Amino acid sequence: MSARTVLQHADISRALTRIAHEILESNRGPDALVILGIPTRGVVLARRVATLVSEISGVDVPVGSLDVTMYRDDLSRNPTRAPAPTSIPARGLDGATVVLVDDVLYSGRTIRAALDALGDIGRPRAVRLAALVDRGHRELPIRPDFVGKNLPSAPSERIYVRLEDVDGEESVTIEQGGA
Amino acid sequence: MTNSSFLLRGATLADGSTADIAIVDGGITGIGSGLDAFGATVVDAAGLLALPGLVDLHTHLREPGFEDSETVLTGTRAAAAGGFTTVFAMANTSPVADTAGLVEQELALGEASGYATVQPIGAVTTGLAGERLAELGAMASSRARVRLFSDDGFCVSDPLLMRRALEYVKAFDGAIAQHAQEPRLTVGAQMNEGEVSTRLGLTGWPAVAEEAIIARDVLLTEHVGSRLHVCHVSTAGSVDIIRWAKARGIAVTAEVTPHHLLLTDDLAESYDARFKVNPPLRSAEDVEAVRAGLADGTIDIVATDHAPHPDQHKDCAWPEAANGMVGLESALSVVHAAMVDTGLIEWSDVARVLSEAPARIGRLEGMGTGLTIGSRADVVLYDTRAARAFGVESLAGKSANSPYLGRRLPGRVVATFHRGVPTVLDGRLRPHDEVVAGQKAVTARG
Amino acid sequence: MRHLLSTRDLSRDAAIHILDVAEDMAQTQTREVRKLPTLRGKTVVNLFFEDSTRTRISFEAAAKRLSADVINFSAKGSSVSKGESLKDTAQTLEEMGADAVVIRHGASGAPHTLAASGWIDAGIVNAGDGTHEHPTQALLDAFTIRRRLHGDVSRGRGLDGITVAIVGDILHSRVARSNVWLLSALGARTVFVGPPTLVPTHLDGWPADVSYDLDATIAASPDVVMMLRIQTERMNDAYFPNPREYARRWGLDDERLARLRPDTIVMHPGPMNRGLEISSRAADSPRSTVREQVANGVSARMAVLYLLLSGERED
Repeated sequence: MSARTVLQHADISRALTRIAHEILESNRGPDALVILGIPTRGVVLARRVATLVSEISGVDVPVGSLDVTMYRDDLSRNPTRAPAPTSIPARGLDGATVVLVDDVLYSGRTIRAALDALGDIGRPRAVRLAALVDRGHRELPIRPDFVGKNLPSAPSERIYVRLEDVDGEESVTIEQGGA
Repeated sequence: MTNSSFLLRGATLADGSTADIAIVDGGITGIGSGLDAFGATVVDAAGLLALPGLVDLHTHLREPGFEDSETVLTGTRAAAAGGFTTVFAMANTSPVADTAGLVEQELALGEASGYATVQPIGAVTTGLAGERLAELGAMASSRARVRLFSDDGFCVSDPLLMRRALEYVKAFDGAIAQHAQEPRLTVGAQMNEGEVSTRLGLTGWPAVAEEAIIARDVLLTEHVGSRLHVCHVSTAGSVDIIRWAKARGIAVTAEVTPHHLLLTDDLAESYDARFKVNPPLRSAEDVEAVRAGLADGTIDIVATDHAPHPDQHKDCAWPEAANGMVGLESALSVVHAAMVDTGLIEWSDVARVLSEAPARIGRLEGMGTGLTIGSRADVVLYDTRAARAFGVESLAGKSANSPYLGRRLPGRVVATFHRGVPTVLDGRLRPHDEVVAGQKAVTARG
Repeated sequence: MRHLLSTRDLSRDAAIHILDVAEDMAQTQTREVRKLPTLRGKTVVNLFFEDSTRTRISFEAAAKRLSADVINFSAKGSSVSKGESLKDTAQTLEEMGADAVVIRHGASGAPHTLAASGWIDAGIVNAGDGTHEHPTQALLDAFTIRRRLHGDVSRGRGLDGITVAIVGDILHSRVARSNVWLLSALGARTVFVGPPTLVPTHLDGWPADVSYDLDATIAASPDVVMMLRIQTERMNDAYFPNPREYARRWGLDDERLARLRPDTIVMHPGPMNRGLEISSRAADSPRSTVREQVANGVSARMAVLYLLLSGERED
């Protein structure tokens, strides 16, 4: 199995900083922003993005997590997934601009599930999508608003995002799958 | 096959010696080496153990009344397949075998079958209701010559009624075969009371419910000077009480079933109702005790308590299932596994506990002498070196509620001769018409 | 998870996993929209051979909040009460495409029989069988205790080191049987308390101590006191002289309530006989979890149905 590193520690930090700037730009400032990560690594990324946005804007931007397990459409095709906690900032979602953060954007089905989950929790004014990596192969009409890196890949390849807080190291690698 | 003479060549006898056995017209005419065939059909018995035809003192044949479980014909086929040549038919049919006419009917059904001799057991109380004595004397003097009486399935729990029954049967050398189960201590009972029943949430059947009745009955038997037979002894305490009673000289005999010699109550953990039986499977300590009791003679015999049930009475939740297991086809193999392979008894003891002693307890005329010249030619040839995966195809009766399905059991019945007529040859049941013709020929010549 | 028949099969990890999923389920129940699409297209049959409105509606709510289709099949007035066998009922449900069968049956082991029979392919959840087990009750009890102990940081934790006194008719209690195994898996200690006639004689190897003295048990400062319902039919069967004497010796009355440690919690699986095994003051006190147990029951059952019905089938 051959592994190729496509983003290193510094690349990831740079990508997140750029995403933070873009979020503020498109939202015309930090007002009514809520950043929600999708477990597991999306939550770590969301916290970092929120910290960056807060530092840049000088305003504390609320951050939380949104578990989408219970909304997936592929539950009976895979081994049972353990749900992860959802934590919604105290201000709620009504009227907010929610930025969903995930590590890898692929088929779009996770995001579809996330949109359903959001709808059960509140009514945001707008929902945006940020992904560290967009590897293509969308199966639904979903596109990201903020992307760290576009990474064209073959369906047989696997993308691994490793983050300090979860994995003890920081990198994005692409590996030949099919083993 | 019309020849009624057979020579079993080179069989191993229970004492370990080798001999030919000559069978002519339903009787054993010779036992020795190098016997001349004289035109008899020669059966190669080399390497096979020859035992006297097995006698089961405790069989439920279900006919009349429960023919969806078993009939006299199917039950005696199961008997023959297991090496049995005589079965004692329990009285809990419908109608209950509690009159002379009914026991004679049962006897006739057995004669029509031909696969085994059917010796009826009479009910102790009318309708097994435990209220009034049945016509014990009439059954005794009927053509069925009933000597053993039992309400099996129910305990004769009323002490006064039990006393009277024990006293009354003295008039014709009868005995009461007691199903020892104190009814109040076993209300709703589902399995042996112990840790397993507690865990499974199944109402317990405590050992004391059996032991209390046996203790009472041996004292009553001593008091009135009668004869008691204890059915299906299942607990260590029961063995102790019977041992004590025998030491006192009380005329008590006892039986243990094959399943109580081999199986334990933890089998209920599957909630598989094939393991539901009354009395229930007990603990490993109880199994040890009944084995020791059989080995030292405290327990006189093994009896199957063959209790067929149709699938629908077992294919249900445990508490809703019927009690009982079929046992005729597997009995010899189970005794082989539990008692012989463990070194507790010899094959000559097997002949005693599965043939000679039950015939004597049941007062079968002219039987109980084992394989001797002049005795009725009831013989089983058994391959002690074989082993088989016991399966539905090993069963010859109507019902499949055997606890041994899927188990490996030692030994195999190769041939059974009932009154000199082969009912099993080469491990296969002979066709009914042939067995009937053979029995007719023997009866005509005898 | 293929079936849930008994808590005795649950390892510590498996038990904590179910409780953690129950936490997630509980969280979703605080949302504006409490219904989740998770089990859309799945069919859950509530097969109740015994009346138990509480348990049935709890399972029904759990299944419905996960968007499963629910079919209630109760024995009363159906072919079941006319003697139809468990086998025929199971085969009918199989043909109807049941994905899970939640079964309540008066016969101990009926759910095992159903699961082992091959009559039906569905996942089987034991919702109480005879005097055997009631595993979802134990799960909701453990969930309730864990929340009282650890609050929002319950996830991942067991019940290590705590003592739970289960008081009353242990002999006939499926709640006690399911609790003892689960509590043991989670690291808690169980004490069975009751009259000797209602505490099983044969408990060799069980992770439970036995006491016939409720006052001594209370003096030993248990973390949880779980009171069991005394069934009226026991009163006429010589298990104890009369309800008054029972209440005096083994009831949680106001005086005993006052002697409990301030943080000891009081539980009851319901329905309660107020004034017999538990006083009204005890049942309604802040230390009582009786009402939480009802809400938690839905979360625990959602977790079980989720774990049973999502994911590829494990055989």
